[in-house]
Amino acid sequence: MKNHTVFFKSGIYIEDTATIVGPKEAEGPLGRYFDKSVCDDLLGQKSHEKAEIRLHISAIRYLLNKTGHKDGDVDLCISGDLLDEIVGASLTMREFDIPFMGVYNACATFAESLILAASLIDGGNFERIICSTSSHFCTAERQYRYPLELGNQRTPLSQWTATGVGATMLNRVKGKIRIDCATIGRVVDYGVKDANDMGACMAPAARETLLAHLEGSSRDVDYYDLILTGDLGEAGSGLLRLLMEEKGVKLGEKYRDCGVLLFNKAAQDVGQGGSGAACSSSVFNSYVYKKMMCGELKRVLLIPTGALCSKTSTLQGESVPGIAHAVSFTLA
Amino acid sequence: METFLTYLQVFAVGGTICLIGQIIINTTKVTSARILVGYLLLGVILETAGVYKYVRDFGKAGATVPIIGFGSNLARGAIDGALENGMLGAVTGGMEAVAAGIAAVIFFAFIVGLVATPKSK
Amino acid sequence: MNEPNEAYLKLIKEKMPKSKHLLTMFRAFWTGGTICCIGQAFTDLYTYLFSEMGENDVAALTTITLIAITAVLTGFGIYDKIGAYAGAGSIVPITGFANSVVSPAVEHKREGVVFGLCANMFSVAGPVIVFGISSSVIVGFIVIIFRGAFGG
Repeated sequence: MKNHTVFFKSGIYIEDTATIVGPKEAEGPLGRYFDKSVCDDLLGQKSHEKAEIRLHISAIRYLLNKTGHKDGDVDLCISGDLLDEIVGASLTMREFDIPFMGVYNACATFAESLILAASLIDGGNFERIICSTSSHFCTAERQYRYPLELGNQRTPLSQWTATGVGATMLNRVKGKIRIDCATIGRVVDYGVKDANDMGACMAPAARETLLAHLEGSSRDVDYYDLILTGDLGEAGSGLLRLLMEEKGVKLGEKYRDCGVLLFNKAAQDVGQGGSGAACSSSVFNSYVYKKMMCGELKRVLLIPTGALCSKTSTLQGESVPGIAHAVSFTLA
Repeated sequence: METFLTYLQVFAVGGTICLIGQIIINTTKVTSARILVGYLLLGVILETAGVYKYVRDFGKAGATVPIIGFGSNLARGAIDGALENGMLGAVTGGMEAVAAGIAAVIFFAFIVGLVATPKSK
Repeated sequence: MNEPNEAYLKLIKEKMPKSKHLLTMFRAFWTGGTICCIGQAFTDLYTYLFSEMGENDVAALTTITLIAITAVLTGFGIYDKIGAYAGAGSIVPITGFANSVVSPAVEHKREGVVFGLCANMFSVAGPVIVFGISSSVIVGFIVIIFRGAFGG
């Protein structure tokens, strides 16, 4: 392995994807790309936590129906979310007869699950794996911040946790989109202490992973049609551009951020853009997947980013480090 | 005319106290709980020092509605209690002065908490 | 490797968007002033209606009224929208204190009445009560020691 970058020798292909999002995401610029959306983010459940679990179950069920598979056809599900002890994904999986591994890398969880799944399939013992992540604005808000009804101002740097689920089914049967390599990120801490300023917490990690990826894969920025970070937000992605320029890499027009794409910043009052474990997974599995399927995008580098903190760690004065993993997709 | 002037004073004093709070939030990123505690302690100190009664005479509700007035109430209760009842009054005076507010907050929070559900955002 | 990167912290201080000072200050000023005027209106009303009441009782009644109104607005999900606009203008008045007690109560009801609603009621505003009561007791002791200075 060179520069934390792993090349998958056997073909690992995306069989299909599924996305379900909340009402605010459906109203956003990417609304028409999502498979399904719900108009009530409580879904008739008793709590938002239960609603997030219901959303996650529906997405995986929908993916299975779409591809015509039964529970038994899937070897493994690697899922995560932002709730305490990733209880959202765990409770989701009690509805399925599929082996389950829970993962957590904050908002970079989707990349973690993709890389794990690709490696397991590459190892030869697994045929078909589902990777999924969910997040919900109302559950994340109380997990990391304040009660929903507390009347305080969101800082201009804050981001809006995406409500939704994105699920990807990977297998070894030849398909259109292939995962060819991935770079596993390191926990990078530049000492940012403001947990609201997630873009600034994660941008250094995104830079390190992107640089490691470019070097490890001997590619340059122009190799890709699209380089997509997870949820740096508008200010955070501006910061990443600056940081990359410091190292002599110009990101240019090909660089985008899922959090910025997901919402209309001017009209939807979301601070710097979307965030959350579902931000990268819902944008990739809808918009990017469909653009790749119709051939508009041929090579895409997805870099979900995560800010690693908890309410306890922030209260104890810890800084908020970031993590980012890069996954490269090519049209086969 | 006199009423109008009174309300202008209330508005100016109350508004200024909130404006200073906003400056603190903008520049130091302190959370709302810290703002509340800070203002409360300021009220206790100003009342104990005997300064806050001038603000209250001028600002009326503008000085009593902000949480700083809650702090001054606490201090005033403790001072009066200590002067009238000695040690026991020193301990209970503050609590007695704000008993109405605290009882109301707990009671209404309990009732509303039982009835209401968080709204979707 | 865990040292803060001072150059980076300086960079984000320069580059990241700031709060709009004038706008937020103006909003805090007029909303805060208005809430106080509403309080004054209730004080005047109660003074007129219950002329036998003392000044302190009227003030207490005004406080209870403002708290009740806030509790209802919080329950209907309106107060947090006011807060998003007003900032400190709706945090600093006693209504902000009431909101910070009612909102966790509403939020945690789903974890049960005893361990959710009641146990979490003061998860945000608890420090206000603790500091308030404690400091008042300290003030009481100071008064006892320096009785002369307080007109005893």
